Amino acid sequence: MDLKNVASLTYFCPEFILSATILILIILDLLAARQRRGLAMVALVGCVAVLIATLDLYSAQPGYLFHRMMILDNFSLFFKVVSLAAAILCIWMSLSSNEIKQVHEGEYYTLLLTCVLGMFFMASSCNLLMAYLSLELVSLTSYVLTGFLPHNRRSSEAALKYLIYGGVASGTMIYGMSWVYGMTGSLDYVAIQTALSQGPYNKAALFMAFIFILAGFGYKIVFVPFHMWSPDVYQGAPTPFTAFLSVASNASGIAIMIRFFYPGVSRLLPSGDWAFLSGVEWPQVLLFLSMITMTIGNLCALNQRNLKRMLAYSGIAHAGYMMMGLAVLNNDGLSAILFYVVVYLIMNVGAFLVVAMIANVTGDEDIETYRGLAWRGAIVPAVCMAVFLFSLTGLPPFAGFIGKFFLFSAVLKQGGAFGALALVAAINSVISLYYYAKVVKTMFLDMPNPEDKTISIAINDFTLLIPLTVLTVLFGVYFSPLVKYASQSLRFFIK
Amino acid sequence: MDNVLTYMTFIPVAGAAVVLALPNNAKLIRWVSAAATVPPLLLAIWLFKNFDRAKAGFQFIEDYYWIPSFNISYTMGVDGLSISMILLTALLSFICIFASFGIEKAVKGYFALFLLLDAGMMGVFCALDFFLFYVFWEVMLLPMYFLIGIWGGPRREYAAIKFFLYTLFGSVLMLLAILALYFTTNPHTFDMRIMMAQANNYSTTVLPIWPFNHLRWGFQHVIWMALFIGFAIKIPAFPFHTWLPDAHVEAPTAISVILAGVLLKMGTYGILRTNFPMLPAATADMAYWLLGALGAWNIIYGALCAMAQKDLKKLVAYSSVSHMGYVMLGMASFTTQGLNGAVLQMFNHGTITGMLFLLVGVIYDRAHHREIEGFGGIAAIMPVYTGVTALAFFASMGLPGLSGFISEVLVLLGTWQKYPVLTICGASGVILTAGYLLWTIQRVFLGPPNEKYLKMPEINGREMFTLVPLGAIVILVGIYPSVVLDLLRASLDQINQVIIPHL
Repeated sequence: MDLKNVASLTYFCPEFILSATILILIILDLLAARQRRGLAMVALVGCVAVLIATLDLYSAQPGYLFHRMMILDNFSLFFKVVSLAAAILCIWMSLSSNEIKQVHEGEYYTLLLTCVLGMFFMASSCNLLMAYLSLELVSLTSYVLTGFLPHNRRSSEAALKYLIYGGVASGTMIYGMSWVYGMTGSLDYVAIQTALSQGPYNKAALFMAFIFILAGFGYKIVFVPFHMWSPDVYQGAPTPFTAFLSVASNASGIAIMIRFFYPGVSRLLPSGDWAFLSGVEWPQVLLFLSMITMTIGNLCALNQRNLKRMLAYSGIAHAGYMMMGLAVLNNDGLSAILFYVVVYLIMNVGAFLVVAMIANVTGDEDIETYRGLAWRGAIVPAVCMAVFLFSLTGLPPFAGFIGKFFLFSAVLKQGGAFGALALVAAINSVISLYYYAKVVKTMFLDMPNPEDKTISIAINDFTLLIPLTVLTVLFGVYFSPLVKYASQSLRFFIK
Repeated sequence: MDNVLTYMTFIPVAGAAVVLALPNNAKLIRWVSAAATVPPLLLAIWLFKNFDRAKAGFQFIEDYYWIPSFNISYTMGVDGLSISMILLTALLSFICIFASFGIEKAVKGYFALFLLLDAGMMGVFCALDFFLFYVFWEVMLLPMYFLIGIWGGPRREYAAIKFFLYTLFGSVLMLLAILALYFTTNPHTFDMRIMMAQANNYSTTVLPIWPFNHLRWGFQHVIWMALFIGFAIKIPAFPFHTWLPDAHVEAPTAISVILAGVLLKMGTYGILRTNFPMLPAATADMAYWLLGALGAWNIIYGALCAMAQKDLKKLVAYSSVSHMGYVMLGMASFTTQGLNGAVLQMFNHGTITGMLFLLVGVIYDRAHHREIEGFGGIAAIMPVYTGVTALAFFASMGLPGLSGFISEVLVLLGTWQKYPVLTICGASGVILTAGYLLWTIQRVFLGPPNEKYLKMPEINGREMFTLVPLGAIVILVGIYPSVVLDLLRASLDQINQVIIPHL
């Protein structure tokens, strides 16, 4: 299926609904000033409608849309569902967040949904130009949302840093894309592959082009050395948006990267392994970057005092774990990444949710403010936080363990030098235990000071927390459906 | 009785759930928790009675699909080795609930976590699927971390995280080894029984592993090492033992008992359950240095450290390091006596050290310190307590007629046939043990009574209730060791037969 513009519109329903919701939000914002809950509800209903429309597309025939600018297949639908889920959770969190009360909500939700729209395009783009444009759409909205807290120096600083890093990274990326275009004469992934498989190509030049492109993707996935922006942004941005960014931005980066490096420039062998272009050794670069990313992320997280900043470094480490799956060049690795993305969505948003809940009461995100949390009337959030943190560490019986288990098994299946990668990752898990357990220690093992106030949590805050905790445990014990979903989402449409 | 192992493992979990749902009434919570440990104990006794001792191989097998796409199944089953450990676990858990009745802080959380710990330990000894085994192995860590960390002594945070980090380091290596075994087994599976059946298929071809090329290690050896480090940390074998004194000193009494009585056994149990039957060629190559010599070193090193301790609990902790050395030494011998002695020593050490920690707890509850030098003449103040302590100390020392003697003699007999030098080292440990224990008795119990403690109340009924069953077992096994040995023989012979061709 290779559709022209008008014919494609039938399969563009989710994006239409999303755009309509964005427009309605803008208009409503003008008409009904400061109707906080109403706007959020409209955004939420819009997202649910988009979700239904997206799920509906699973029954459609996969194919190209808009003159091969975009693609409709299980893989793109998977990432659309993930970014939508993150958006829904983020809006829900924003409802009860004190931080968001200070801002102009109409713009906040509008920008958030625009960011989701960009992620939809990222998930389905199969043309370098489209990839670049969608990535920029996500980046631009993210810059604004990061700096959204008025009169907050940290927030403004974070936005500026994000902008500068983002500008450099995307500039580098588009430079790399221009090299690819120069060598192949096309921006379309299929045409690029055809050109590369037919004619001779300059290996060194292509390798450099790939590295440049990697810079742009790497900045979205947050891997070393493109990670500098993330701790400041995580710390400075409003917490609900940080939760969204940490998961959805990472996931979209992974989507666009898999799409380009796997079906784009590699070939699938019948065994389920992928063959890369001979002489262009990007998997090895990823292998080393993956080791460095997880190590640096974990080591930097060890001494953080601010919980959001610590979670930023832990996010870098998790990006490193996920990259293991990208470096191994087999379908097991890819489906392990998809599984991990879902699990990471649940546990990371859960952790940020607790951060937001506690910050609503104490107004602070320092780990020190969590002192004796369990004994200060907040035993349920403390237990949930412990579950999320241990899941992030990768301990059974939590979902994070299963995610890591699949990644490790994909790596060990390749054998040989990948054994070293698995070993590095395993030791990194031990290092990460130290800082996750430090938070747990502060919450449970330390006794509260007399002047620490009791924390009372409203019942409706638990509506999101409890389901996320239950899912974290459930997917640690019974994960067959999720495994199936991840491996089915690996069906790329390639012509 | 179908699924008896599942019931045994998950009744404590149900108990934990019930405890969490109860109102905040300490008395009620205590008794409900105690009730939750009774069914596993009864089931363990039932297993002990109905286990067919003549048959080697696993019995009471349960096999269900869990994750078919990855060939992960929920497989449980026991042989004589596991039953001896299950009995120990069930008994000590039951006793330790009563030993925990003095806990006042966050009672609900304590007992719920304790029951989860109980379930994790049971699961480890029942699991026959390597994935399941690993899950139970790790599940145990979380409750243990909190139990030491929240209810422990002054340096509890340090001790808890140290325990956690050490064990996790071992287990991630184990996880990698498990995955490597999974991909080498044909068809890919986590079923331990299939892995054991394919033991000779795992390659021993020398791999180039820089900078260890001269060791001539093959795939089996690498996997063996990864598993071994994971287990050695639990045993704890030198040089991985440093978490143990810290954890023991800080942990509350009941948790020390569980730590020494059950958790340490998991290390040696794991080696016997996985390293021996799955990687026999590597076991034969590594045993002398990494089990035998290291075991002998553990015996002497632990005993010497124990001798230098001023804290009574630390002394018992180091005596554990020393006594677990006998287990390793016996395992390395690959003789019937040696192996049977090793496993019997695991069982005996569980009961004897359990008693020792309970006894230390008794005196700590009264005097609020554990300085050996701070007592003196307790025999005159608390004669019954002194009598029970003497029994436990003599059993630990290996006095004939008590259980410790049988297992140590069997180990030394078995080892003598193979490694006379190591046996002599090991046997000299017996003298050192007698040295530090008798010296302790002298300093704590004999001599003129300390004025401060003249009013110290005698051991009470609840404390006696926790000690009597263990004391009875110590005497029973000392006089009639066949109770346990009959259980072990067939299973251990089978394990041994796999390795003998590779020696």
